[in-house]
Amino acid sequence: MVKRNPYEQNYYPPVPTKLTRWSRVSLIWQTFRFIVLNIKILRMVRKH
Amino acid sequence: MAKLVILGAGIAGHTAALHARRKLGSQHEVIVIAPNSKWNWIPSNIWVGVGWMKPEQVTFELAPVYKKQHITFKQARAVSIHPQGDKDHAQPFVSIEYTHPDKAGQSEQVEYDYLINATGPKLNFAATEGLGPDKNSLSVCTYGHAHQTAGVLREQIERMKKGEHLKFVVGTGHGMCTCQGAAFEYIFNLEFELQKAGVRDKATITWLSNEVELGDFGIGGMLLKRGGYITHSRIFAESLFTERGLHWITQAHVTRVEKDRTHYELLNGETGVIEHDFAMLLPPFSGVGLKAYDKNGGDITSELFAANGFMKVDADYSPKPYDQWKPSDWPKTYQNPQYKNIFAVGIAFAPPHGISKPMKNPNGTPINPTPPRTGMPSGVMGRIVAYSIVDMIKGKNKPLREASMANMGAACIASAGAGLFNGSGVSMTMYPIIPDFEKYPETGRDIKYTTGEIGLAGHWIKHALHFAFIYKAKALPLWMAVPE
Ligand SMILES: Cc1cc2nc3c(=O)[nH]c(=O)nc-3n(C[C@H](O)[C@H](O)[C@H](O)COP(=O)(O)OP(=O)(O)OC[C@H]3O[C@@H](n4cnc5c(N)ncnc54)[C@H](O)[C@@H]3O)c2cc1C
Repeated sequence: MVKRNPYEQNYYPPVPTKLTRWSRVSLIWQTFRFIVLNIKILRMVRKH
Repeated sequence: MAKLVILGAGIAGHTAALHARRKLGSQHEVIVIAPNSKWNWIPSNIWVGVGWMKPEQVTFELAPVYKKQHITFKQARAVSIHPQGDKDHAQPFVSIEYTHPDKAGQSEQVEYDYLINATGPKLNFAATEGLGPDKNSLSVCTYGHAHQTAGVLREQIERMKKGEHLKFVVGTGHGMCTCQGAAFEYIFNLEFELQKAGVRDKATITWLSNEVELGDFGIGGMLLKRGGYITHSRIFAESLFTERGLHWITQAHVTRVEKDRTHYELLNGETGVIEHDFAMLLPPFSGVGLKAYDKNGGDITSELFAANGFMKVDADYSPKPYDQWKPSDWPKTYQNPQYKNIFAVGIAFAPPHGISKPMKNPNGTPINPTPPRTGMPSGVMGRIVAYSIVDMIKGKNKPLREASMANMGAACIASAGAGLFNGSGVSMTMYPIIPDFEKYPETGRDIKYTTGEIGLAGHWIKHALHFAFIYKAKALPLWMAVPE
């Protein structure tokens, strides 16, 4: 967890929980996101 | 027989050349004029800039590709456009100066029937005193700059390994810069590399930019769906910065860069100085400085080009305040209104105005990002303009193809660290690029296609795009199946 100091710049933004950070490197979840993102990008590209 | 001349072999010009060649019979000639012998996949310069890739991995020689494709390549710089010809030329032509070592300094007049200006940006380091790799700051805009930056980074890592604490500044070197996404990628990759080298605790890293808030990116930021909320990209970006212990200064116009410090003024008029041992600051962009002359040799540069040097196309250039900007101000066909056989694509076309709101500080200094024209729209423009010209050459009585940025999406995959299993990338998609508050009153963009997330998948996509686009640019079999 990031050390945050009250009233400083880094006090206010949301920071990810352990689960979120784990999901960003989880091979299964990221493989799924890879597929989803590619489909999304391709559908957007198809509009042109 | 028709002659299509394309100025520039970057993302927009090279895409246009390949598509035009594919669609035109061999009786028609496609000529590319570009000063560099190499093609560069610019987005991967970020990885060159941290030493993860070498310049050879992001470039290749253009001449063999063009030879195979039957495209004439002149390694030269365009100097002026003569859309009415002159006393010696009935045809319009372009004056060029060769940069190829065998012909360096020689000039030539190249006649055209159709002209595509895809000359991209001039990296205007001179706009800020002391800015640029020849002076006091570094850059990743070209593979050469990025290679130099990686060398300096290596030296600084060695110093930190010996126990020194160093200050890094990354961002934009002027109040009117664009391309914040590239600097954003660089700061994340820098932080990642310092972690990998085990010296992160020895570095203070600060973002210094002309954005009104983090996450503006020159597109006025975006509202995206995240964790059950519609969130502004500012929150997303601040979260990413906080997580990595990065500091930020926004609303800044850099006034002077010295060897060890950068001076800036802010939107509220205050001034500041930040010390640095390493500063990677992007320059503002302008047009490459092409001139235009009429048939009598009269200077008509201001008819063809806007004051910033970018070429006028079918946009609405009438000056208007921010609250009157409309998506329909943006060009659709990229055709010059006066000379119907001239088009400008990619960074080379003059945008009608910004996307982010224009702002000035009490001293009258404008501090706001100018609009980005990223790789994906540049490629799409290159393709549709090539198709329009092919239709015109073939005598098809069809309306010109359209690809307005107000009707086009973009995917921006920003690397946040390179590594097959420990890398990460920020995947942002948006539709449309130009917000449309009439069509999407609440968010300005279609929330279904406007997203942002970070993870390993982003790195995989970025890496896959690196190979896919270089494959396509080399015109290897089925290259046209890779979308722009
Ligand atoms: C470091 C960095 C990272 C980036 N990352 C991304 C990213 O991840 N995703 C993304 O979508 N975009 C990214 N971009 C933006 C992207 O690179 C540009 O949008 C894109 O290159 C624009 O294409 P272009 O063809 O208009 O210009 P360029 O690619 O710059 O090409 C211009 C061409 O014109 C030639 N030229 C210049 N002067 C002349 C002249 N006088 N006569 C003839 N030819 C001339 C140049 O040599 C070059 O061949 C990045 C940009 C930078 C700097």
